[in-house]
Amino acid sequence: MFTFWEIVLQQFINGLVLGSFYALVALGYSMVYGIIKLLNFAHGDIYMAGAFTCLSVYSLISGYMPGWLGISLAMLAAILASAILGYIAQRVAYRPLLSAPRLSLLISAIGVSLVIYNAVMVMTNSKAMFFPGGINKSTGISYGHVTITYMQISLLAAAFAAMAALTVFISRTKLGKAMRAIAIDTDACYLMGINVNAVISFTFMLGSGLAAVAGGMYCVYYGNVQYSMGYLVGIKAFTSSVIGGIGSIPGAMLGGLLLGLLEAFGTQMLGSSWKDVFAFSLLILILAFKPNGLLGKPEVARM
Amino acid sequence: MKLRDRISSWLESKFIQAAASAALLAFMALLPLFTDNYYQNIVWNAFFYMLLALGLNIIVGYCGLCDLGYASKFAIGAYTTGILIKTYHWNFWATLPVSIIISIVSSVIIGLPTLKLRSDYLAIVTLGFAEIVRITARNLKITGAATGLIAIPRPTFFGIRLVKITHWYYVFLILVVIYIIISFRIRNSRFGRALAYIREDEDAAEAMGVNTSLYKLYAYVLGAVLGGVTGSFYAVKMTSISPGSFDFNQSVNVLLAVILGGMGKVPGVVLGAAFFALFPEFFRDIPVIGDMRMLFFGLLLIAVIIAKPQGLWPERNK
Repeated sequence: MFTFWEIVLQQFINGLVLGSFYALVALGYSMVYGIIKLLNFAHGDIYMAGAFTCLSVYSLISGYMPGWLGISLAMLAAILASAILGYIAQRVAYRPLLSAPRLSLLISAIGVSLVIYNAVMVMTNSKAMFFPGGINKSTGISYGHVTITYMQISLLAAAFAAMAALTVFISRTKLGKAMRAIAIDTDACYLMGINVNAVISFTFMLGSGLAAVAGGMYCVYYGNVQYSMGYLVGIKAFTSSVIGGIGSIPGAMLGGLLLGLLEAFGTQMLGSSWKDVFAFSLLILILAFKPNGLLGKPEVARM
Repeated sequence: MKLRDRISSWLESKFIQAAASAALLAFMALLPLFTDNYYQNIVWNAFFYMLLALGLNIIVGYCGLCDLGYASKFAIGAYTTGILIKTYHWNFWATLPVSIIISIVSSVIIGLPTLKLRSDYLAIVTLGFAEIVRITARNLKITGAATGLIAIPRPTFFGIRLVKITHWYYVFLILVVIYIIISFRIRNSRFGRALAYIREDEDAAEAMGVNTSLYKLYAYVLGAVLGGVTGSFYAVKMTSISPGSFDFNQSVNVLLAVILGGMGKVPGVVLGAAFFALFPEFFRDIPVIGDMRMLFFGLLLIAVIIAKPQGLWPERNK
């Protein structure tokens, strides 16, 4: 039998892994929102497309090389594919509407989401795809009944490495500085000679790439992907970025991990059929009582 | 006056519009005399979508708020009526006020905290709320879990038991007419003008003394009530409801009907709803097109919103 503390520890590990998926997807949401104030509704579907690319590429090449190399290459391919997809979406559907009312931009994002979702649905015949075998998922370090698998450790390491790299990039590089500047005042950036459109495109590619990392991790961890997987993760990633304070990069990471942990413990207490209700009720409560999130700055502008 | 202007002003004259509406209504009222149950049911389905679209139009079209979970509004009405009839053996007509009250309460709970914030937060919150409603309906015993409620008894109306498809054709036709009248009455009222102001420029509306969060809440609650009533009628017409009837796709279909039809323009919304209800009927037998339907709608949505941000048949040109 599990003791109380063993359950707590095990759920903590599970929640951390789940939360790192949410955090990676939430980062893309938060960055895009920070820059052009768009709730990129298609972000969950870009994550799904990344997962599919990762799985397809890995299935193609896994026979010719060791597993870890195959996964790394597949992950790179997924990042590339999602970044391109994010760029196309931004270029075709969002850029013409940057000066239009905000509702138009949101509707356009719903359109992009419908296109990606249904394109993948038609391409895969509405069937789930499975990850080919050959990866050891069960061995790990055990302490009593609590187990953390080597796969969980490497996924967490990859997620934290990606988040650390992003933090350094945003705070130390010129491009990162330009992103922060656009978030504060877009018009001034035009006047200061910043290529605003290029930076916006780059932000979309970066966010989509991070979503693809999460998508690739998901398909390695759970072993299957299907066209509808982006929808729920999309809303939960949004919830994460609201918990952390939308527009805030560290907030998105914190919010994602927190939501993952809350969901793991919520599932333990209430049963898995209620876990989504738990996450969405949390979203409504946070918007009611702390709409700026944990790390967000209060916003004066309306609309 | 040029001939073209003359024709267009003639078309816009009140008399012609009234005559055309009367002719259309007479045609719809006489249609069941010439068609069988199959076609009546298809047209009934179009009526049903019109009711949903007219309700959502108050939120999206009149007020410019984005509601991505409209299915939850009509799910609330449908389940309220279904449970009261099945479990507590109420009369159908007595369940309508309850369904309205529950719609009001639930939309105030969702709308009050969210509508004070940026409008686009509402999109995700309504989406989340729709999932909460659907999952709750799937997990509770009183809502019949995943199978839903089945064999809901049909109501009577002045001694006639509404069992035939023709009955429901007329009930929903009357509802469509009522909803259209409500929509026009709202649009031409002080309240409707305030909503249009909020939609066009929220800051300016607020500066002119319109209590924007209050009016947005009114619009949201009103849309939810119309959706709830539609749901109540849907429950007794279908006699069975299940969580699957209220998923995200349903919300998206109604939203597409409102946006593509023309955001606020009542005839446009009605036409949009008819299009979305009838389109699958035409393309059902063609396998590839049937599957790619939503893909095509997604592309259409992006194209329309870029080329004509006010919808295909807008209320007013820019």
